Amino acid sequence: MSTSTNSAGPNASGLRQNQVCYTTLEYEEPWSYETYLKIGGYKAWQKILDEKLSPEDVVQIVKDSGLRGRGGAGFPTGLKWSFMPKTDPKTPGAQSYFVVNSDESEPGTCKDRDLLRFNPHALVEGMLIGSYAIRASVSYNYMRGEFMDEVYARFSQAVKDAYANGWAGKDIRGSGHDIEVIPTLGAGAYICGEETALLESLEGKKGQPRFKPPFPAGYGLYGKPTTINNTESVSSVPAIIRNGPEWFKSMGVETAGGQKCFSVSGHVASPANFEIDLGTPFSSLLELAGGMKDGIPLKAVIPGGSSVPVVPGDIMMQVNMDYDSISKVAGSMLGSGAVIVMNETTDMVQALRRISRFYYSESCGQCTPCREGTGWLYRMLSRIVEGKGVPEDIAKLEDVAGKIAGRTICALGDAAAMPVQSFVKHYRHEFEYYIEHKRSLVADKLGQAA
Amino acid sequence: MSSVPRDVTLPDPAEVLNAHSIEEIEEWMTRYPEDQKQSAVLAALSIAQHQNQGWLSTELMDAVAAKLEMAPIAVYEVASFYSMFETEPVGRHNIAICTNISCMLMGSDSIVEHCEKKFGIKLGESTPDGRIYLKVEEECLAACAGGPMMQVNHAYHTNLTPERVDEILDALD
Repeated sequence: MSTSTNSAGPNASGLRQNQVCYTTLEYEEPWSYETYLKIGGYKAWQKILDEKLSPEDVVQIVKDSGLRGRGGAGFPTGLKWSFMPKTDPKTPGAQSYFVVNSDESEPGTCKDRDLLRFNPHALVEGMLIGSYAIRASVSYNYMRGEFMDEVYARFSQAVKDAYANGWAGKDIRGSGHDIEVIPTLGAGAYICGEETALLESLEGKKGQPRFKPPFPAGYGLYGKPTTINNTESVSSVPAIIRNGPEWFKSMGVETAGGQKCFSVSGHVASPANFEIDLGTPFSSLLELAGGMKDGIPLKAVIPGGSSVPVVPGDIMMQVNMDYDSISKVAGSMLGSGAVIVMNETTDMVQALRRISRFYYSESCGQCTPCREGTGWLYRMLSRIVEGKGVPEDIAKLEDVAGKIAGRTICALGDAAAMPVQSFVKHYRHEFEYYIEHKRSLVADKLGQAA
Repeated sequence: MSSVPRDVTLPDPAEVLNAHSIEEIEEWMTRYPEDQKQSAVLAALSIAQHQNQGWLSTELMDAVAAKLEMAPIAVYEVASFYSMFETEPVGRHNIAICTNISCMLMGSDSIVEHCEKKFGIKLGESTPDGRIYLKVEEECLAACAGGPMMQVNHAYHTNLTPERVDEILDALD
């Protein structure tokens, strides 16, 4: 079987890798129950049960570790868990849910798919611990519909193994705790990665985000208190409990602990997922990915999935891969950790058009600024690429983007606006050239060089 | 409680869905609370679509509505919202080439062009013999480190070249 993930262990860059989520990669059949036991699997859950740690103890450990959400927003996981009601799950009528967001679909992101394929037990154990910490007796893992083949099978088998070995189900290992772990599937909709849209989808409806408040911790799945966490966040928890919060924290930076999985794609020599310390310089990550493909110089990077602002290459080379550095130095976001690398041959107008088509197509249609605005953006960009742009178009692009951002129920509107604003800001001359000359500046430059 | 309007007559699911589909749908229903049958609608539609060579007829959607005690309109809404459901006949092999930003940078345009030429159809069309459907895939399929990539009947194929695409697609029945 071909894998798109690098193997663990020492590498040319000397960076420490695969300490938290990709821990099983160095083994044959990394996804098996037996392999998971070899790396200390289910020891964290066992420790909680044996030592009778309270849900509050578990939440505190996760808080102390500095784990921040790996899905995009970067919200502290332990703090999110602490918002849940403290009602005993055995109280009649009390029901809370723990939901995992495996609807991985932020363009450029492929870390959770590999996690589910190669270390599904880390997620199962994380779901058991997370459910316990928020007093939920039922946990759903919502995987995107496109994962229905290999990924779903791997995860479902891991769930079966967990039940067969007494880690999940009723009265787990005689503890009196009941936790069900249930795999589910979507059916193709980017918006279901938004947590309230995901809940709507789990309820069997169109995935249209809910207005907040109320927040899911108060009114979530079926109107019950619910916590939704990203796959990687949840899969990080067993290692945190196993090795201690200090161990995790020490691998990161002051404001965020741990290693993080980065999906490096685009114009690099060896695209792959890399799990490395938060705070690692971008230049080291680029080196890990084999450097620029064919030696063509770096032009720009989208550091956190297509929804975050694009960053010119020279700025990116001064950035460290953590939430604060990317935000302060580059004015962008770590997002989902999808690092999309573009070389000098990239036509930024065409790249933006592709991104804008995606948001146009994936807008759920609920809020007018997003439903209509994303279409305007895409049509204007198409017009420019087709040589039919007019000088006012650039200001109009910025204007429309500005009128979507902050005016919608969910963040898809912002996600559609930010690429437009940042591409125009950094590469305005390419847009102007298209409008003036009815063709691509990049193509012309390449033509001259050839 | 059933949400089916009283003046709507729905088919008997057992006459439209085959025994295997019904068994699978009923297994999915056990994953949700008893009073939340609608939660199984995505899975049920996917199962019904699989039974029907890749697309959902109104009759199938109505059978799913009856099985899950839903108003048919609520089922149609779901079927038309999610991109993996087809409500018109399509070719029996579903080929989805990722063309999102990472795959675009890594050469997906040439894969699309190759497939369109190979089958003489455009994205979004099926071959006249009903064998191949080239789906318009707007979403990133989360295999960016292996771009360009495509899904063929839900199986992932990464690091594509035109030669590799030929090998994979020529092996289909």
